[in-house]
Amino acid sequence: MVILQTEPIDLASLFEQVRGDGDGAVVHFVGYVRNHHKGREVRYLEYHGYDEMAEAEMRRLADSIRTEFEIDAIAIVHRLGRLEIGDASVAVVISSAHRRPAFDACREAMDRLKRTVPIWKKEFFVDGVEWVDGRDPC
Amino acid sequence: MTVEVRLFAVLTDHTGWSRQSMDAPAGRTVEQLWQQLVQAHPGLGSLGYRPMVACDCRYSDWDSVLDDVQEVAFLPPVSGG
Repeated sequence: MVILQTEPIDLASLFEQVRGDGDGAVVHFVGYVRNHHKGREVRYLEYHGYDEMAEAEMRRLADSIRTEFEIDAIAIVHRLGRLEIGDASVAVVISSAHRRPAFDACREAMDRLKRTVPIWKKEFFVDGVEWVDGRDPC
Repeated sequence: MTVEVRLFAVLTDHTGWSRQSMDAPAGRTVEQLWQQLVQAHPGLGSLGYRPMVACDCRYSDWDSVLDDVQEVAFLPPVSGG
């Protein structure tokens, strides 16, 4: 399941949808908006996406993770629009019979999402506005 | 023939627009279209990198021919997450 949305992420509902009775493990990653970047104070963020392609890329990502790892189900959710400090911007939730493939799949899914899904972050600092350069490894 | 051109994030700061229809005569490649954009908006030529390219919502190559493409997008390094 992949979702692009402007509404807050409902983690509890994702857990419910991903976990089945055959799953002994659910692993999740949540990314949050933090109040600083490279020593500058951040007021809030905006996420802008190439919506049609971002959704297609998230779907391709979920499909390949499901093929490559022994997991049961995967949910990937990304928010768009204005987000405040402390808001969850992205969530990956993965279920599997055993914990190890779920941990590995979760890390890989996030790493690939950050490389391939066409979404951009715009940071509103106390002293300016900048698009985040995705080449920075942070 | 026309193709829909989409620009994102920092690229739009250099053009003032994010979406435009452009003429694409038969055989026109992504690379040639980009050169046309750089001529009109020189800021695109001094990004310090080449954006990624997508044709009809799939990552694509600079030498792709646009004949059967409805929409071409130029994507600066993504920064979601």
